[in-house]
Amino acid sequence: MRFVLKTNYGQDVNLFLHGGQRFWYGLLAVVALAAPLGLDTFYLGEFALVYIWAIAGVGLMLLVGYTGLVSLGHAAFLAIGAYSHAVLLEQGVPFFVSVPLATAFCAVVGYIVGLPALRMTGIYLAVATLAFERIAAWVIEHWESVTGGHFGMRVPEAQVFGLALDTPVTFYYLCLVVLALCLLSAMNLLRSPTGRAFIAVRDSEISAQSMGIDLARTKCSAFAISAGFTGLAGSLFAHKIGYLAPDAFTVQTSIQLLLMVVVGGLGSLHGVIYGAIFLGLLPQVIAFGRDVLPSAIGEIPGLEPGLFGLILVLFLIFEPLGIYGRWVKIRLWFDEFPLYRKSTYKRQRSYLRTERVR
Amino acid sequence: MSLLTAENLSLSFGGVHAVREVSFAIEPGEVFSIIGPNGAGKTTIFNLVSRFYDADAGAMRFDGTDITSVPTHRIAALGIARTFQNTELFEHETVLTNLLIGQHVHRETSLVADFLFLPRARRQELEFRRKVEDVIDLLDLQRYREQPIGGLPYGARKMVEIARALCLSPKLLLLDEPSSGLNPEETEDLSFWIEDIVADLGITVAMVEHDMNLVATVSDRVLAMADGVVLATGNASEIQQHPEVLRAYLGD
Repeated sequence: MRFVLKTNYGQDVNLFLHGGQRFWYGLLAVVALAAPLGLDTFYLGEFALVYIWAIAGVGLMLLVGYTGLVSLGHAAFLAIGAYSHAVLLEQGVPFFVSVPLATAFCAVVGYIVGLPALRMTGIYLAVATLAFERIAAWVIEHWESVTGGHFGMRVPEAQVFGLALDTPVTFYYLCLVVLALCLLSAMNLLRSPTGRAFIAVRDSEISAQSMGIDLARTKCSAFAISAGFTGLAGSLFAHKIGYLAPDAFTVQTSIQLLLMVVVGGLGSLHGVIYGAIFLGLLPQVIAFGRDVLPSAIGEIPGLEPGLFGLILVLFLIFEPLGIYGRWVKIRLWFDEFPLYRKSTYKRQRSYLRTERVR
Repeated sequence: MSLLTAENLSLSFGGVHAVREVSFAIEPGEVFSIIGPNGAGKTTIFNLVSRFYDADAGAMRFDGTDITSVPTHRIAALGIARTFQNTELFEHETVLTNLLIGQHVHRETSLVADFLFLPRARRQELEFRRKVEDVIDLLDLQRYREQPIGGLPYGARKMVEIARALCLSPKLLLLDEPSSGLNPEETEDLSFWIEDIVADLGITVAMVEHDMNLVATVSDRVLAMADGVVLATGNASEIQQHPEVLRAYLGD
C-alpha cells in the first residue's frame, strides 16, 4: 500500500498524485505512440475507432457520469459533428478550421437541447433526448441538398500538415492526439470550479443552489460541452467510415455510447477508456460467437442490439460502478488484504439517475 | 442597521398557512435562534430566506439589498450560507471536494480558463485549497479530509456541512437543526464552535433548534413560533417563561 506524504497544496491540484502514476501513464503513452511500429493496419484502424469512441465517451461521461443527466440522443451529436464537418470540407474549408467549427456547432446545438432538459431528470430526460435524436435523424434523411438524404454523402479527403488522412498511421496518430487533448481538458475541467459544479448538480441540486451554483447555466453548459466532445468525435468518425449515411447514426449508436460509459464506470475518466475498449472489442467477440455458435442462435436477427441491451442491464444490476469500479475494488482488496470489507462500497449507488436508484 | 430583516412574510401551501405575517430582524454579530414545535414553520422561514420558496407576501432585505425575489443561486454570493436539517452533502465525493464546492461563489475564472487550466485557474485552485484547509483546521476535520461522504458517521456529516457553509465566507450562516442526531458531547462541541464562528470569523448565525440547552447557551435572541405565527422574541430565559410559548409546547 502506498502512502503519499503531502507537503504542499499543489499536490491536490496536480494531475498526477505521485511518481508512480506519472511512470505508468508515461509508459502507456509510449506504448500508444509506438503501436504503429508493431501493429498491422487493420488493428491500427480498430484502435483509431476505439479512440474515437473514447472521445465521444468523454463527452457523454461529463454529462451522465458527472452531471447526472442521462442522454439517449448522443448519436445525433455524433451525426451532426460528422455531417457538418463533411459539408464544411466539401466547401473547401481546411481540416483544422472545419473540425473546431463542427465542434462548436455541436456545442451550440447541445446548449439548445439542454434548455428543455432543465426541468427533467432520469427516464423523462432519456425520452426527451431520444426524441431529439429522432428529429435530428429525420432532418438528416430529408435535407437532401446538404446531406444527400438516404443516399448519403462521401466524406472529402482531407490533409493534416500535408499528410493524407486516409493512411492508417496518420489517422491513428490524429485520433490519439485528439483523445489525449480531450482527456487533458476534461481533467482540467474536473479539477476546477466548472467540473465541481457539475458534480454538485449531480449529487444534490438543492445544495448546489445554496452554494451559489446556477442550475440552468450548469446543466446547459454540461450539455454543450458534452455535445462538443461528441461532435468532435463525429468529425473524426466521418473520416473513419468515409461515407456518411443516416443508418450510421441510429438509436443503437446512442445506446452503444451509453453502454460504453456505464460499462466503463460512471463518474471516472478511466471508465471512458475501459468502456471504449469494451465497445471496440464487442463486435469482434460477437462476430467470433456467430461463427462458433450453432446457426440457429448465431444468425438470430437483432443479436447485436439485443446483446448490447442485455449487457447494459446486467451491469446496471450487478456492477453499477462498471469496469473501473470493479478494478478499484480489486485494487482495494489487495491493498487491505486480509482486512477488506465487502460492505465498503455498499452505500454507494449508481450515478445514473433513473427510478431504479432514486 | 439589521443584517437581515423580514417583514410580514406569508406563505401557504394550498390551505396550510405555513408562515403567516412573520417579521423579524437579525442584527450583525448575534446568534439568533428560532424555536417552536414541529410544523411551526421554522424551516419554511429558512427556505424563504434562502429563496427556495417564493413568499406569497412580505419582503426581505439582507445587508441593504432587497432579496425578496432574487434567484436562488444568487443568495450565496450575497453572503447567506446554510445547512440542511437532514444534511444535503455531495454524497459520492470526498470531504475535500465538498468543501471546494463551497468555494464556488469565490470563483473568478471563466469556462475557458478552466478548460485550459491557465495559470490563474491554478492560482485560484491553490487559494481555494488553502482556504479549505483553514476551515478544516477550525472545525477539526483533518482525519476525514480524504474520505467520501458516503462512509462518514452522521455527526461528522453535520460538521462537514457546517464547514462547507463556512467555505462560502458568508455574512449570515443559517443552521437548520445543527444538533439533531448529535450525541451530548458533540452537541457541546457544537456550541463552542458556534461561539467561535461568531467571535473569530465575525459571522452572524441564525439557527433553527430544538435543543433548548444549546439554544440557551449560545443564543443572544430567540424567536418562538407556532402554527406559522411569531409568539414572542426575546432572550432565552424570557422566552422559556413566556406564557404563549409554554402554551404552545405544553398545551393549556
